[in-house]
Amino acid sequence: MKLLIKNGRVIDPHSRTDETLDILLDRGKIADIKPKIEGKGLKVIDASRLVVAPGFIDMHVHLREPGQEDKETIKTGALAAAKGGFTSIACMPNTDPVNDTRGVTEYILSEAKRNAVVNVFPIAAVTKGLCGEMLTDMADLSSAGAIAFSDDGRPIENSLVMRRALEYSKLLDTLIIDHCEDRNLSRDGVMHEGYYSYKLGLNGIPASSEEIMVARDIILAKKADAKVHIAHISVKGAVDLLKQAKKENVKITAEVTPHHLLLNDSYMESFNTDSKVNPPLRSSDDVNALLAAIKEDFVDAFATDHAPHTPDEKDVEISEAPFGINGLETAVSLLLDRLVNKNIIGIEKFIAMMSTNPARILGLEKKGKIAVGTDADLTILKLHQEVVVDKYQFRSKSRNTPFHGWKLKGAPVMTIVGGKIVYP
Amino acid sequence: MSFQHKHLLGIETLSTEDILTILDTAESFLEISTREVKKVPTLRGKTIINLFFEPSTRTRSSFELAAKRLSADIINFSKQTSSVVKGETLKDTVLNLEAMQSDAIIIRHSCPGVPHYISTFCRSPVINAGDGAHEHPTQALLDAFTIKQEKKRLDGLKVLIVGDILHSRVARSNIFLLNKAGARIVCVGPPPLLPLEFTKLGVELDYNFDRAIEGADVVMMLRIQLERQQKNYFPSLREYREIFSLTQRRFRRAKKNAIIMHPGPINRGVEISADLADSTKSVILRQVENGIAVRMAVLYLLLGGKERETTD
Repeated sequence: MKLLIKNGRVIDPHSRTDETLDILLDRGKIADIKPKIEGKGLKVIDASRLVVAPGFIDMHVHLREPGQEDKETIKTGALAAAKGGFTSIACMPNTDPVNDTRGVTEYILSEAKRNAVVNVFPIAAVTKGLCGEMLTDMADLSSAGAIAFSDDGRPIENSLVMRRALEYSKLLDTLIIDHCEDRNLSRDGVMHEGYYSYKLGLNGIPASSEEIMVARDIILAKKADAKVHIAHISVKGAVDLLKQAKKENVKITAEVTPHHLLLNDSYMESFNTDSKVNPPLRSSDDVNALLAAIKEDFVDAFATDHAPHTPDEKDVEISEAPFGINGLETAVSLLLDRLVNKNIIGIEKFIAMMSTNPARILGLEKKGKIAVGTDADLTILKLHQEVVVDKYQFRSKSRNTPFHGWKLKGAPVMTIVGGKIVYP
Repeated sequence: MSFQHKHLLGIETLSTEDILTILDTAESFLEISTREVKKVPTLRGKTIINLFFEPSTRTRSSFELAAKRLSADIINFSKQTSSVVKGETLKDTVLNLEAMQSDAIIIRHSCPGVPHYISTFCRSPVINAGDGAHEHPTQALLDAFTIKQEKKRLDGLKVLIVGDILHSRVARSNIFLLNKAGARIVCVGPPPLLPLEFTKLGVELDYNFDRAIEGADVVMMLRIQLERQQKNYFPSLREYREIFSLTQRRFRRAKKNAIIMHPGPINRGVEISADLADSTKSVILRQVENGIAVRMAVLYLLLGGKERETTD
């Protein structure tokens, strides 16, 4: 059935649109955009006083399937995404088995086709088994549907392997996403190294562990003239390197998570394992540097690094708890409340970093924009909707959020994928 | 005299009044251990669990004797002989022990924050007997008690803490306590074990032991672990001893009536020369003796039958 979205404030950073328009969706595509569209046999949605944005894309998600279905499945992860306002998600390869062969990529895509209410784009491993040694069959994986490559959760430690991956990625015009961490420096760390780690006696993960790898990746990407994307950038030093590299036109992009923008290492004082994440919550100076970099357009995308873990796994002493924060269902409200409604960034930049830019980085040409002929993926927002984060209402299988109980203003109220309403 | 806490998780969250309450209470318990019959009925009928996930001689025995001298029943749990080796989680272990109707849990664990974590689901008081490199509150309390015994005060004293500051819960708890009490604290050690951020905790740092020890009232030596050498915190024990061992020659630079402390176990001839450890300047065994009175005070204040409001 055709869907007509009427009287919404349509904001499309790609075409620099911000006006009240009607949008007609038909057969999975945007069929028409005009100040006034009438028609019969349409399902009409009144979007008055709502913002209509191109569908949000979370380019960093862990869906845990295959292998860790107690934490999350493709189905539940997609439901969580839809509720959180995301129409597309890219899932990391650190499953069991690792997504390092065509079979696993095809499995994820077929499960997604059967069970997922949003678009799922698999990211395949750069190296076999995420071991950091031998490259995967990147062309084969790419043709099977891998949208990008990453050993996420682990860095590609060997600089020569990283160099070869960057060089080979040019053959496929694909993207290498790196989790930047020098693990000799971060070993045994559970939180950011600084005043709080020293006070609490917890082993630290120093900023230098991230900075060194970001610097290396910049040097290698520049030399190879290849694209590199920095996952979950978290420290000031890395931001400074990123700025410099962008000024020199290195093909580098970066994403930042809501938790690295809204929380800092002082949250570890409660020893709450739901705040244990890698990269760790950094110092308030780092948070300020990230916010400044967003304002100056040096950070390209928001991404959640949605990392579901079961309550039992997190209900242990802090050294034993796995790293990770559940992010899909909180990101939009957190960022609307803390950044947009507090006038740190405008709504247009927010939408660009949620949709336009991730689509561009991942090469999704029919997504991340509102134009006739593009995919009918839309996220509808109510900027002043008041919500309270309630982890017990999550559609995700897991509950590991440090934001439980937060009162926020601004929320996704409808998610449309391929012309179909998938939330509510 | 009132003590408004349900648990003893660390020194950092105690007020100066809380600390004085514990030290004054300990004072009144000191005499019990010198009696012919070293026992009072104060905590008769109470059950206390000594839950030690790390090896310990002093702290575990000290808590055990403190409990027994107050007539409480105490059982000792050690990791090696428990179901933890069968994979039982910490939470399940604690809940099962508590189901046996215990009245307090004394816990030592290698991970910082474990007592805080346990206190989120325990009915009964939790006492931190050392959590990783974080805190060891009863050690700092017995150290303060011993310093006060010798010096009659804490404020204005120059206290040196020497050695592996980075990994030391004893150092942290002492820093928190002595800061509240108005002492001047100087930490000494090799730079990799003496992070600059410690200055934000209100201490001075000095790599030069000979300089730092000038005019010290208290010299507190920390145990240096051999494994630190393997992780390159310093190149060799030989070199460490040369630069950071407390010797007669060095100690002469401290104040004339300065005292030597050590939380134990000591490495004779490594961080402290054997003759100094055994000298009249050393209060190391006095610390051990006082430890029982301080722990009796803690158990009494947390478990003593009187009615009181609890705030944390």
